[in-house]
Amino acid sequence: MKISKRGLLIGSTAAILASGLGASGAMAEGTIKIGVILEYSGPFAVQAKEIDNGINLALEQRGDSIAGKKIEIIRKDTGGPKPDVAKRLATELVTRDKVDMLAGVVLTPNALAIADVATQAKVPFVIMNAATSIITAKSPYIVRFSFTLPQVSAPLAEWAFKNGIKEAYTLVSDYGPGLDAEASFKKAFTAAGGKIVGDVRVPLSNPDFAPYVQRVKDAKPQAVFVFVPAGAQAIGLMKAAAERELVKSGIQMIGTGDMTDDAVLQSMGDAALGLVTSHHYSYAHKSPHNKAFTDGVEAIDNSLRPDFMTVGGYDGMIAIYKVIEQLKGKMDGDKAMAIFKSMKFESPRGPIAIDPATRDIVQDVYIRRVEKVGDKLVNVEFDKIPSVKDPGK
Amino acid sequence: MFLSFLGVMFDGIAYGMLLFVMSVGLSVTMGMMGFINLAHGAFAMLGGYVCTTLMNQYHWPYLLTLPAAFLAVVAVSVILERGLYRRLYGASDLDQVLLTIGLVFMSVATMTFFWGTAQQPVNLPSYLSGQWSLGGVGLGFYRLFLIGFGVAVSGLLIFTVERTSFGATVRAAVDNQKMAAGIGINVNGVFAVTFAIGSGLAGLGGALGVNMVGLDPTFAVKFLVYFLLVVSVGGLNSIGGTLTAALVLGVSDVAGKYYVPAVGAFIIYAVMVALLMWRPNGLFGRRS
Repeated sequence: MKISKRGLLIGSTAAILASGLGASGAMAEGTIKIGVILEYSGPFAVQAKEIDNGINLALEQRGDSIAGKKIEIIRKDTGGPKPDVAKRLATELVTRDKVDMLAGVVLTPNALAIADVATQAKVPFVIMNAATSIITAKSPYIVRFSFTLPQVSAPLAEWAFKNGIKEAYTLVSDYGPGLDAEASFKKAFTAAGGKIVGDVRVPLSNPDFAPYVQRVKDAKPQAVFVFVPAGAQAIGLMKAAAERELVKSGIQMIGTGDMTDDAVLQSMGDAALGLVTSHHYSYAHKSPHNKAFTDGVEAIDNSLRPDFMTVGGYDGMIAIYKVIEQLKGKMDGDKAMAIFKSMKFESPRGPIAIDPATRDIVQDVYIRRVEKVGDKLVNVEFDKIPSVKDPGK
Repeated sequence: MFLSFLGVMFDGIAYGMLLFVMSVGLSVTMGMMGFINLAHGAFAMLGGYVCTTLMNQYHWPYLLTLPAAFLAVVAVSVILERGLYRRLYGASDLDQVLLTIGLVFMSVATMTFFWGTAQQPVNLPSYLSGQWSLGGVGLGFYRLFLIGFGVAVSGLLIFTVERTSFGATVRAAVDNQKMAAGIGINVNGVFAVTFAIGSGLAGLGGALGVNMVGLDPTFAVKFLVYFLLVVSVGGLNSIGGTLTAALVLGVSDVAGKYYVPAVGAFIIYAVMVALLMWRPNGLFGRRS
């Protein structure tokens, strides 16, 4: 927590300094400015911090000057799910600070609000988390380095059917990403030959999951597919499921990796053991690249375990560096987008590429199981679906 | 069908008991001094943080953190009551609301500063997790514990108010402040004690509820709505009324979410509107 406060302080100090510097045109000549908009305070502060750690690692590895120019990060805080604030901040960054690129956002509504600004200003907008399918369709200047919910839900449905699950119930949060996850799971599961026996949507601000879990339990399905936002809600749902002995009663619980987000997995305790989820990144992913990544992030901030948001922030920033390199520091929105569209590189999560048609990420999706390695609870990957495109478009 | 109904009743009663422990103090202080303490939720939140901090950082056993949460909140509420609240006892409703809602915002910022915005983890001891199957109805140990606790607290409160001399002075002070003061009762002192106990109970409720409803700095705002629902439906300063209202709202909330999940979260408000149209002063309200 101390570190997160310090990060905030540094972030806001940088922002204040930056706006001062922006006033003098001569200073801006040799600088490339990246506007990072995140939910630094409010209920999603932890998620924003995860992304920020990834950005910081990339900055540390690549240094702050490139092609003879200085890289300057201007951080802005939306204070939570506030599309109006996100839009205002993006507008300020583009018109006053004259940033060359925008990046960030944990949440879909904030991403959608910034889309128009990116289009009008012809400034590329690098999505580091927000995972609703539709986002990249909202502006030709949006490119995504995180994931989409259909991208991880549909492969899980196919995997479940292949592994003996013929009937499933769905439980999702009642908002954009939840509906995306529900629709794509249902579609892929019934297409494979499975049967959906029921569904329930839980309000996004919900203090108690017990009645919903009880409803699933009383329906006695063979399995239940769950999606709720990573963090507090996932913990709440796991608690309710453990208390109702949902899994012990014979119902298999599967979900997207948001359920077992590395940042909070440890605090879920042994109740999470054995849970099967699908996602694009696991802290326990076995590769030298990932080892270097996790060690690097933990050296910057050891209070939070790096998770899929951190890798989204890191890859997004690395991609930005690659674009600046190729443009030799001569920034141009359209040229930058052309480079983004053909981008392909090795990420800590595995190989990733951008689909030129949708500007969305193409990546391997892993099926993982929660296991105890040493004294740590981690998602151990045991199956892989290679090069998955977003099926939501 | 019947079994699931019993299960819903059980969960609803457990939730209701939690609401009761958290809001009974608000009902009594509001009825007694006519003081609108919107910061009541902040006291509950503080209790929750005392509980999770003692458990996670100092490894206290869960059951010991409960009295600690109670006492810590009592101490804080005495300071606030003596330092701030008493100055506004005769003031207008607007002044009181402005002061206490300001305290709510300050508490949210304070908790964020010390604990961050993340949800606080709480791992219950093994004897409170899991459930017990009784004739096909799953009874969670934690919820059984909540119900037992709620019954004990309400029994103790009703006994204190109805059967002890302190209770008699409280009732006298509620019924007619001027007359009570006239016959030598120290109304201010009685109120200070009642306020402290009521706030302490809120803190205790906050600590009890962390496992069920979670805990983050927005708790004080999020649950204020529930406290006000319970108090307005129950009627001011009636312990029985608050208990009944908390149980009715708890059961209807759980039942709504279970049977009609599409609109479940709104059922509790519909019940409130219906009950208040039937009894505008609350179920057991005495004010005219």
